[in-house]
Parts: sequence; C-alpha cells; structure tokens
Amino acid sequence: MADDKEREGTELVVAEYHRKIKEAFEVFDHEANNTVDVREIGTIIRSLGCCPSEGELHDLIAEVEEEEPTGYIRYEKFLPVMTEVLLERRYRPIPEDTLLRAFEVLDPSKRGFLTREELIKYMTEEGEPFSQEEMEEMLSAAVDPESNSIHYKDYIAMMVVDES
Amino acid sequence: MGSGTSTQHHFAFQNAENAFRAAALIQRWYRRYMARLEMRRHCTWRIFQSIEYAGQQDQVKLHDFFSYLVDHFTPSSNHERDFLNRMFTEERFPQDAEMEKPSDYESIEVPDNYTGPHLSFPLLPDHATALVEAFRLKQQLHARYVLNLLHETRKHLVQLPNINRVSTRYSEEVTVCGDLHGQLDDLIFIFYKNGLPSPERAYVFNGDFVDRGKDSVEILMVLFAFMLVYPKEFHLNRGNHEDYMVNLRYGFTKEVMHKYKTHGKKILKILQDVFCWLPLATLVDEKVLILHGGVSDMTDLELLAKLDRHKIVSTLRRKTRKEKGKPAPKKAGAARPTPWFLPLKKELQRTPRRETSGRKMARSLSYLSMMLMGFNTNGEQTYKVNANLSFCKMKVGNMLVKQYAHIHPPLSNKKFWNLRGSKYKHTGSNISWSLQVVDILWSDPMAQDGCKANTVRGGGCYFGPNVTEQLLQKYNLQFLIRSHECKPEGYEFCHSRKVLTIFSASNYYEVGSNRGAYVKLGPALSPHIVQYQANKATHMLTMRQRISRVEESALRSLREKLFAHSSDLLGEFKKHDTDKTGFISLSDWAEAVESVLRLGLPWRMLRPQLVSSSTDSMLEYKSWLKDLAKEQRSRENIQSSLLETLYRNRSNLETIFRIIDSDHSGFISLDEFRQTWKLFSSHMNIDITDDCICDLARSIDFNKDGHIDINEFLEAFRLVEQSCPEGDASDCPQTTDPEDGDGSKPSTQ
Repeated sequence: MADDKEREGTELVVAEYHRKIKEAFEVFDHEANNTVDVREIGTIIRSLGCCPSEGELHDLIAEVEEEEPTGYIRYEKFLPVMTEVLLERRYRPIPEDTLLRAFEVLDPSKRGFLTREELIKYMTEEGEPFSQEEMEEMLSAAVDPESNSIHYKDYIAMMVVDES
Repeated sequence: MGSGTSTQHHFAFQNAENAFRAAALIQRWYRRYMARLEMRRHCTWRIFQSIEYAGQQDQVKLHDFFSYLVDHFTPSSNHERDFLNRMFTEERFPQDAEMEKPSDYESIEVPDNYTGPHLSFPLLPDHATALVEAFRLKQQLHARYVLNLLHETRKHLVQLPNINRVSTRYSEEVTVCGDLHGQLDDLIFIFYKNGLPSPERAYVFNGDFVDRGKDSVEILMVLFAFMLVYPKEFHLNRGNHEDYMVNLRYGFTKEVMHKYKTHGKKILKILQDVFCWLPLATLVDEKVLILHGGVSDMTDLELLAKLDRHKIVSTLRRKTRKEKGKPAPKKAGAARPTPWFLPLKKELQRTPRRETSGRKMARSLSYLSMMLMGFNTNGEQTYKVNANLSFCKMKVGNMLVKQYAHIHPPLSNKKFWNLRGSKYKHTGSNISWSLQVVDILWSDPMAQDGCKANTVRGGGCYFGPNVTEQLLQKYNLQFLIRSHECKPEGYEFCHSRKVLTIFSASNYYEVGSNRGAYVKLGPALSPHIVQYQANKATHMLTMRQRISRVEESALRSLREKLFAHSSDLLGEFKKHDTDKTGFISLSDWAEAVESVLRLGLPWRMLRPQLVSSSTDSMLEYKSWLKDLAKEQRSRENIQSSLLETLYRNRSNLETIFRIIDSDHSGFISLDEFRQTWKLFSSHMNIDITDDCICDLARSIDFNKDGHIDINEFLEAFRLVEQSCPEGDASDCPQTTDPEDGDGSKPSTQ
C-alpha cells in the first residue's frame, strides 16, 4: 500500500520534472526538431535549479552526447539523464553563507572587501578560470566605482535579491 | 628548522588549495547566476515575439471579419438591412490621373510664422541633409512640402523597375539597412556612423519604414528626399508595412492624422499610391538579392520583374488582374459594378444621400467592401475568387471555408483546397503573380528543408535551406539579404550563411531589448556588419539591469493579456479543480494558461514572476485573478467582463474605428460604433448583450453629443489604466460560468 502510494508520488514528481525539462529544452530548440546546440546545455541545466562546476558539466555533456559528437544534443538522450539528476538532487545550489565564507577565504585579513585586482587574479587564475567576457561582466556589476573594490557581503545580498 | 618549514609549506599548500576551492565555488555560483539570466532573456524575447505575432493574427482575423460580414451576415432588422445595403452603394474612386494633379498642394500656403524646413524642387543634396538636421531638432515638415515631395516621389517611382539593379562599379560601398519602423533615432545614427548617402555611398533600405515607432513620417521624408537626390545610388524596397491596411492598425495612419490634422487625409491617399509603386527587390551586381521577407519554392524572378506591381494595393487583401472571358454579372440597367456573389433577389436600393455620419460609414464600408470584393481604385472588377479564398483558408480555418463552399460550388472540389495545405503550391497563372509578391514580403526562413505556409504571420511561407539553395543556383546568385524579423543582435545568418537577416530598429520591443544593425557589402560583396543600440541609457546598465528592465516590460504585457482572458482562465481553472477546493496545482495552472492564451510560452519557467504566492505547490486561483485585476486597476462603472473584452480587442477596436472613420475626421456616431461592435462580437463569438453595448457606447461618449470622438475612445482605455477603486475581475456575472451550464459559449450567428 505504502509502496504504491510512494510509487504514485514518484510518478507524479517525475511527470512534473519531465514537463519542466521539456520547457527549458524547448526554449533553445530553435529549429523545433528536439535538438539544442551543445553550447546551450549548461544554461538549460543551470536554469533547472542545478549548480554544476564546469568539470561536472563536461561529464554530463559526455553522457548526453552522441557517439560521434555532432555539436547537438538530442532531447531523447537528455531527458532521462536530466531526470536522474533532478531526482538525485545532484549539483545543489550553493547556500548564501557558504558563498560568503568562500569570499572570506580570499580575504584572510577580513577587510570586508576585495580589490579589483585581487578579484581579477583569483577569478582568472584560480579554480575554473573565467573568460575575459565573464570577468568583465562580473566586474561591471560587482565593483564599487568609488573605492574600486568589491564589498562582497553587499554584492552577494544584491545578487540574491535579484534572483527572487 | 626542517619541521618548521614543512609546516609552513603545509599551511601554504593548504591556503593555496583553499583559495583554489573558494575561487572555484564563487565561479560555479556566478556561472549559474548568469545562466539563469540568459534563460530569462530568452523567455522575455519569446514573450514579446509571441504577443507580436498573436497581434498580427488578430489583424488578419479582423479583415476576414469584414469579408465574412459582407458575405454572410443576415440582417435581423430593417435597420441592419439598411446598414448592409449602404455598404453596396456605388462609390466613385479617383482615377489615376487625378492623383497626379499638383493642385493638391499648390494651393496650400505656408504661413510666415512657419519655422520648419523649406523644400524646393528639384531637390538638391543640401535640402535632404537639411531635412535630416531639421528632424533631429524635432521640427515638422509643412504639409505642402510633404505633398509636394510625395508627388515627386511618385513620379520617380513610376519609372523604376520592379527589381532595382545596383552596381558596385559606380558606388564603391553599398550599405543595406533593414526595418526602421518609425524609429528616426536609428536612421540618424546610421547616417552619422556610416555617412550620408552620396554617389560613392549607395544605400538600400529594405522595407518596413513605418508603423509602431513615432516618426514614420519623418523617416519617409528623409528616405524619399535622398532617393530623389541620388536616384542611381539610393534604393528602397517595399515591405509588408508599406500597406495602408496594415498602417490602420499599427500606428502610421494615426501618426499622420495626428501630425497633419488638416491635410492628413490627402497625405494618406497619395501615400497609399506611393507605397504601391515602391520596387519589390534590389539586386547588387547580379549576385546579391535584397528583398524584405523572403522567398518560396515558387519564386520566379522573371515573373516578379514583369508583373504590374502597382496593382497590389495591399497584400492583406490581394487583388489580381481580371480573369479574361468572365465579365462581372450585371444587374439590369445598372451602370455600376455589382457584387458578383449576391443573390439577385436582394435589392440594392440606392439609399438617399444623407449628410450624416451614416453616409460616412457607408462610404467607408463600401470602399472597404469594394476592396474586399476585388475592385481596384478605378472601379474595375479585378476580384479573383481563388486567391481570396485560399487566403481565407490559410488564416481563418475551416469554418469560413465551408461557408464559402456553400455559395460557390466549384469550391467543394477537394483538390482546390489543397492550395496551401502541407505543401505550398500555386495553381493558375492568375493567382501566381500576386502570391509571388506576398511571398517576398511576408516569408521567413526556417531551419528545416521544405516550404510550408507561414501560419504565424498569415501570409507567405517558411522556406528552408534547400529552397534558398535552389533559388541561388537558378539565378546564379551569391546570397540573399532580407529583413522582416527582429533579431537580438540586429542581424542573423542562416542557411549556411546564404541568408542574412538585417534589422535596423534597435530597442524594438523595449529599451534594451535588441541591437540594430546594418551591413556593408565590400569587395567581392563580402558582408561587413555594424551593430548599434540607439539609447545611451542602456550602455550604463549592466547586463543584469538591462535584462531586468526589458523583462519587466514583457511581463507587464503578459499580465495584461492574462487579465484580458480572466473569465476564460477562471473557467479553465475550475475544470482542473474537480474537488472544488479553490486550489489547483501549479502544473495545472501552467496547462490551463497555455490552453487559453495559446502563446506557446514556457509557463513553468515564468511562473515565479507571474504567481507571487508563497506556497510552492498549490495556487488559490480566484485570489490570483483578483490580484491581476487589481494591477490593471479596473474602472468601476464599466462591467469587468466588458473591460476584459475591451482589453483583449483593444487593437481591433481601434482599427475598426479607423476603418469606419474613413475621412479621418476623428468622429463616428454612437450608432455606427454599436452596430459595428455588435457585428464584430457576434462574429468573434463574444457574448455581450445589446444593453451592455449601449452602455459601453454611452459611457465612452463623454461629452454626450451622440458622437464618439477617437480621443474619447482611446481615453476610455487610458482611464481604465489609471488608479481607480479596484474592480473585481473574478466575479463576472456576464461570463459563461461552467458551473451554470455545460461550459460551452453560446454562439451567435
């Protein structure tokens, strides 16, 4: 009995996930032939609530790509993989306080800010480096023009509000 | 010593690793944030596009309504019979010769206190440049000069072939610009950045100069002026908006009448003719074909070059040459053309000419119906059943098709109706040439091979890469440049770079929505694209802010649309709420909304911005609808269901108004409004009682003089948008409540 109910519950959840995935996929299915450019897969996955690293993303793409990569991902291959990801709650988003602590690691003297140069150095030399475009875009929103620094606590707060 | 250093190293290593991991975390978070922004940007674009195309379909429905009206409405009273009869009253149309009379403008005096630009003919380059400068300073050109310029323009255009030819041997550069849609700032920017037209700098403007933006008149004046000054180097192609019927809806007619209150009508009249004389395409070095929309698998450049483009007054209602050997059926003793399909027993009495608005209405509707029935401005019958009906079929669907088949037996032939089914075929040479023009003005490229009817626009086709390839090979061309579609970057290549879309109206949907672009053809005709965005404010904003702004605008339009369908939505929600709890799941919400609005939008993704309720799983739909209404700030004394209907059909109403008000006086009588609205709503299956319409009409007539002034008409909507005590959209006494009946709408025939 309980198993049945549980199964039914899961089925409903899966059905809803399928609809969400389909919607997100269709936004980038420009040719209306159930394929999207592989370069858009990251956007699709992230907009479905996941927060994979670049490395994790590449692994996922490898799972959904064709045997002989065509540059396109087919919906039939994407759907089951993405459903699993959602069901397993993989690549959860980063909580605000974890993000704050990350900034604080880069600011060991606890000034409460990073200089423009410091941010550029860390973002383009460490971790999974930003492209120049990504760096410029982040700077445009994050840097306080008067002090030429990033007050990361405020920055995080602003971005989080923007999301909701 | 040793252990000290190794600990130091250890810490150093730890710190480096921590920094690495911290950076990776921040980057991971940031990339997700940007991806979500990107998704929002795409969704916003989809919202704008789907609303725009839905509007276009509306326009098509409106014109089919008039056609339906003419053919099928059975008057239920003498009053209505008179109304209909008046539509068939004879109308004399000005002959072409009359159009050329310069007396139109010579008698107009330019007052001494006029501070705008002066024109004298023949125009010199300085005049054209001065015109640009004057418009930049927000001056307005006097009606006399406008008319004079239009007359000269017409004279020039008449000599031009359907397909202009440009050679880079004479002009070193050729710059091609796309849709401008009344956005003068963009045109000025292009001239500023790229340079003014000159014998060394050729320009091709690829249609859609007017509508939507606020300076269509000024754009036309500048373009025509340069065309007269540099006839060999400055070229214009006709777009689907260079069409008086489209202008009625999309703002150009309104702009002209607003800026030129005395002479606006004259200006519109001659413009109608000027538009018909615009060339259809431009060919550069016999290699690059430039036209507004696209092509189809039947596109025949030789045919296009030969046809009489002037006969195509409007591509919304195509008229073709009179079919040989089939004279129009004539009533005995009648010297005027008779609508061919009317059963002879219907009396066409000549109604006494009254100097009333009734006569105006009659004149305008008869003019319109003459157009619909295929009479050109000379009063000759050029109507062709096939073309018109295939057009209807494409748009309105089977309902009208069956009705037409009933009155015209050959149409019950199945083969006939496959004119535009899954395959895109033309039959018969008579229809061919008008469809040729529709194809090049309305078609859009698609990614898949093939050629299918463009159901979204209601005209032209979707053409695939194979169609492009076929055409390019057939005529030995290098590539195609077209416009017609707004692109986020202002341009887009497709079909393996064989088709270039170029769109020059930046911020088309909203400030920050898209860039504009133009293309320069260099040596060997290689394309060089230049992009811009004519609004300094947006440069200051971050991408995030830009997207938010545009998104807000899109969501506002969407919420308005949702509100306009409140009753239908309520009905759908109730269907999902089988246990009558007042709640439905968000998944059901998405389904219900799509089934009512049919915009094909990603509702689940948009949900967070449209539904503000906190619970993630269930929605109390009645209060959601209430909130929507509160936002729209409904007016108390107009019934909310009526208000919804008004909102939904606002554009249609305005267009109807302008069609009725043929002499552009700005007035229609209450009765005319009532009659037309009643007919329209019955056709559209909108359930509104007679009393309601009377109330509506009376409530719109603010000064109670028995006439509705267009300002009153539009004011009704403005007041509705102002802050007023809240109304309640969810309690709609007039709506067909699924609880009360079987859920079906009563249809009025």
